[in-house]
Amino acid sequence: MHIDAWAQAVIKDAQLRGLSELAPLLGGLVRATQTLRQADWNESAERTDRQDATAAKDPK
Amino acid sequence: MTPALCLRMITDLAPQLESGEISARELTDACLERIARRNPDLNAFIAVDEDGARAVASRTDDEIAAGRYRGPLHGIPISVKDLIDVKGLPTTAASKIRPKTPAARDAPIVANLRAAGAIVLGKCNLHEFAFGTTGEDSAFGPTRNPHDTSRSPGGSSGGSAVAVATGMSYGSVGTDTGGSIRIPSAACGTVGLKPGFGELPCDGVIPLSRSLDHVGPLARSVVDAWLLYQAMGGQEPRIPPETNPRGALRLGVPRRYFLDHIDPNVRGRFNDALGLLSDAGVTTTDVDVPHASEIASVYLHIVLPEAMTYHSRTLDSRPEEYTPGVRLRLEMGRYVLAEDYLRAQRGREVLRREITAAMTNCAALVLPTLAIPPPPFGIESIAVGGLNDSVRSVTLRLTQAFNLTGHPAISVPCGNTPDDLPCGLQLVGHINQTIELLTVARRVETTIRPV
Repeated sequence: MHIDAWAQAVIKDAQLRGLSELAPLLGGLVRATQTLRQADWNESAERTDRQDATAAKDPK
Repeated sequence: MTPALCLRMITDLAPQLESGEISARELTDACLERIARRNPDLNAFIAVDEDGARAVASRTDDEIAAGRYRGPLHGIPISVKDLIDVKGLPTTAASKIRPKTPAARDAPIVANLRAAGAIVLGKCNLHEFAFGTTGEDSAFGPTRNPHDTSRSPGGSSGGSAVAVATGMSYGSVGTDTGGSIRIPSAACGTVGLKPGFGELPCDGVIPLSRSLDHVGPLARSVVDAWLLYQAMGGQEPRIPPETNPRGALRLGVPRRYFLDHIDPNVRGRFNDALGLLSDAGVTTTDVDVPHASEIASVYLHIVLPEAMTYHSRTLDSRPEEYTPGVRLRLEMGRYVLAEDYLRAQRGREVLRREITAAMTNCAALVLPTLAIPPPPFGIESIAVGGLNDSVRSVTLRLTQAFNLTGHPAISVPCGNTPDDLPCGLQLVGHINQTIELLTVARRVETTIRPV
């Protein structure tokens, strides 16, 4: 799910459920999700670098 | 000056118990007297089993007198976080949600401690369902820091740390999902061990986040914690032999991210400790965890949905019975998408490998446990080192990584701030090497104690 659509949906859902005090916490979650999705370990079908990021720093 | 009986170390008491110089009944009475005196203000205990503890203590004294001494925990009164089953007492999780029915059996870690001869005094207060780092949110009221009752004892195992710090018990059993043993240990001036992931069984323990949950001991010294750890795992507890205090030892300091935002007084005590270690021949070297800045994001996307799944039914049916802060954090877990949970799991593996790599030439990592002194109650956010962040984020900042990666980690006392608030030093060991970590921690504790 695209992050903008997801962010709008979760805040709207919380309001509909009477949990408006969740909004600031969800704002923090959205920022954390943006960070997570931007991390360079994420796989992508269009990457040419096939090395597994999880193995790149393994000393063994 | 000899400390009060209830404040002495297990290792100090064990030979006297074995010889009959002191009795388990004396130790139990000393702790119960301390609980009666201090618990009304500190609220460390949810339940105290006075009669049960005294009865076991009397039987223990009979056994020892008859020559059936079981080892260094025989006759030692301990406490248990009220997230863990103790036969005959309800497991409240500091929540109104939980039934008041007594647990039918001990959790295996508790049964193992009893088999080693430990005496269970009662159940300790905690942040509701272990989902918080301050101890403020509890159906039984907040636990208070004995060094300043306007401040948090840390959490979620705050009652356990307060009990150990004040002589209400000689050791305690806690749980740690993001720092819940180490944070209160730092905040109260005790030792707290989070063993490696999966080393000790979590059966009979209410889960917070099953892939992050650990159980472990809190105590007044590394060796006391070591004895409790051995017994919790079903091993025969033995006081380990001394090691060479001048042997080669190299520790890694992960400065970037971990030391970026630290309270100046905490940083001062940490630097003092590094200085003493250097004077004692310990080598320190800077190390790096390349993706450290993503630790909090990875942690959040795992802990939230895992916690929510356990609570989803009661969040629907009885939401008003949770404390408001815990309810809101649990509700957040409903909104984490599966794709992001899986991204976080991949990030977790990256972090595990990077932390392992950072330790390649070191016996352990060394860093503060808690970036700030124990925070005052009632604040939502705090500024530290130029960063304004939520109290929860600040308190988890230095500990949560090792729940993600499963490395064993221990907090030892590291001196006090000018306001006499405790600081903690955290040591992180190699995966599957908790005993080696304890060996390092014992030497570090001995070296920095004068701080």
